[in-house]
Amino acid sequence: MSDVRIITGNEAAALAVTLCEPQVLAAYPITPQTKIAELLSEYTEKGILKAEYVRVESEHSALSVLIAASTAGARTFTATCSNGLLYMHEQLHWAAGSRLPIVMCCVNRGVGAPWSIFNDQQDAMSQRDTGWIQLYCRDNQEIIDTVIQAYRIAEEVYVPVMVCYDGFILSHTMMPVEVPKGEEVKGFLPPYRPHTFLDPERPCTINPVFFPWRRENAEGVLCDGYMEMRRKLQNGLERAKGVIAETSREYAERFGRDCGGLIWTHRTEDAEFIMTGMGSIAAETTLAADLLREEGVRAGVVGIRSYRPFPKEALAQAMGGAKLIMVLEKCLSYGYEGGVASDLKAALYGTGVDAPVVGVIAGLGGRDVRIDDMLTAARESLEGLKSGQCGNRTLWLNCHGEE
Amino acid sequence: MQDNIFKVNEKEYILPGSRACQGCGLSIAYRFILKALRENTIVSIPPSCLCVLHGLYPSTSVIVPAINSAFASNGASASGLVAALKALNRPDMTVLALSGDGGTYDIGIQSLSGAAERNTDFIFACYDNEAYMNTGTQRSGSTPLGAVTTTTPVLTKQEHKKDFIRIMEAHNIPYIATVSPAFPIDLYDKFVKADRIKGTRYIHIDTPCPPGWGYPTKDTVKIGKMAVETCMFPLLEIEDGKLRLTGRSKTLAEKGKKPPIIEYVERQMRFRKMSIEQLNQLQAWVDRRWDDLVRRAGD
Repeated sequence: MSDVRIITGNEAAALAVTLCEPQVLAAYPITPQTKIAELLSEYTEKGILKAEYVRVESEHSALSVLIAASTAGARTFTATCSNGLLYMHEQLHWAAGSRLPIVMCCVNRGVGAPWSIFNDQQDAMSQRDTGWIQLYCRDNQEIIDTVIQAYRIAEEVYVPVMVCYDGFILSHTMMPVEVPKGEEVKGFLPPYRPHTFLDPERPCTINPVFFPWRRENAEGVLCDGYMEMRRKLQNGLERAKGVIAETSREYAERFGRDCGGLIWTHRTEDAEFIMTGMGSIAAETTLAADLLREEGVRAGVVGIRSYRPFPKEALAQAMGGAKLIMVLEKCLSYGYEGGVASDLKAALYGTGVDAPVVGVIAGLGGRDVRIDDMLTAARESLEGLKSGQCGNRTLWLNCHGEE
Repeated sequence: MQDNIFKVNEKEYILPGSRACQGCGLSIAYRFILKALRENTIVSIPPSCLCVLHGLYPSTSVIVPAINSAFASNGASASGLVAALKALNRPDMTVLALSGDGGTYDIGIQSLSGAAERNTDFIFACYDNEAYMNTGTQRSGSTPLGAVTTTTPVLTKQEHKKDFIRIMEAHNIPYIATVSPAFPIDLYDKFVKADRIKGTRYIHIDTPCPPGWGYPTKDTVKIGKMAVETCMFPLLEIEDGKLRLTGRSKTLAEKGKKPPIIEYVERQMRFRKMSIEQLNQLQAWVDRRWDDLVRRAGD
């Protein structure tokens, strides 16, 4: 019999982490992540999870602890968001550069200033170029499934994974969730095999200074320079595309639930109008697409599950029939446009998909994103397409002030 | 490995030809630290002269496992090693975090304080060369009053250095000691002792630096001895709150007399712009601390 519980996103994350049996945890409290830190403390104190939990004095230290622990050969976990994630920024680069399969939940929240404790995705988006894999969840079931898959992916390609889900909208909202059995997770997730060891028998200095050029070691073997190491990280993320898709497929086979791999689609087979986005906002656009279908618009949704690596091939394929694309996103690259819109346009360049891409900035700092507002933006853009007025532009949804 | 008449481990853990400067005080200290802690040691290193001493990829001059950490995070990095070794059931390993004064007094103080407050089972040692020497002698929270650095080039440092021993004492950790590479046996013995204690152990190493302090490279041991002799840098141990002076500092306390710091100051180019007023202020600072230590050691 399946174990279905009605739980919040944070409880789902904590349960998933427990099932993956990490050996070292470190976390610093920040709203709306806090419940994960509390639950994992409780699980370790009760012995439900046999792990060392380091109650650190900052997020920077949380990731520093995991970097050292992962290097020493332990499976690790942390969670944060918002300014906590920004405070970790230096160590995000360090973790990825060290090729450590650390898994972290980012409970997406707006960043200060001004302060907001509410949801948007500016925190994770601001970490786009740190070398982490970023996977976004639609609902609480996907949180539990994605955390489990994240360990498998991270430990296969030696790249850390950030599992992103929307603060409050998912973290504090109860939904029915099927919890996998421990032995099933064990069967899916083999033990962590570290790529280096801190072994007195084989002493080495990890992450010393690299020269710009390649150098010979004592045996005369030419070793990588900094640039080769960085290229290998890029190769790791490129390889992760296949691994994410394959892991998702195998997970679906074993557990009966398919997160879609790199992207998921909703009614895209014949779609001419495609809405896209990441996380819960993308899940909501499926309702808008269904309503537009009732109005005779051939609407569909492509959800981006993997933001890094960016699934450009899968997106171009899924959007092949589009005449108009609308990106709804809860973040912005100030002075330009939404990051997903930029990336999508670049991905479609030269693929033959030449539909205009309308960017929609929505839900910043927790501003409500209503289906009606989505429909209005969609109808206006579709009208503009008919009259030839619709170019690549950016709209602000449900926001007052000057255009 | 055979020990000699000083009962010092004869094995060398630093290979000939490191990238440290000629006359480096850290090289002497590190050599004896590793002899004291022996094989089953993992070192955590923040950006600092130690990072340079360890060598540039793919070569290293040190034959113990080591991990580089980000500048602010050596206390946390060591905490991660300790947690992982516990989780992986390796109780035989010693974790040593070895930071410069910047990585201890300034950018590193948060993660060190956190690790000490948790009484993390590791040795944190600060090799204090009293400025950011790896980047070319910029002022740190440890630079003494009156010293010229490249960021106090005209007016000299206007403030006294932080009393870091008192900061660490406030964490109520089981063992605190000060050592100098000019007294290597005292240094060795304290690291051997620290290795046998559980919890957070803090060891402060006075680290003379020829290019940063401005003295001939042959004089590192002489300058180190004078720092102790003038009580600029007293040798001490604090175990479970009980302070005692050791070695030469103990003898000086018993004699009740010490030479003025001018003998130490005038040998170093970094003090070339020091005013008489600053010299008197620094002497008063040294006297106050010394009197306090002697009183506490006698209690």
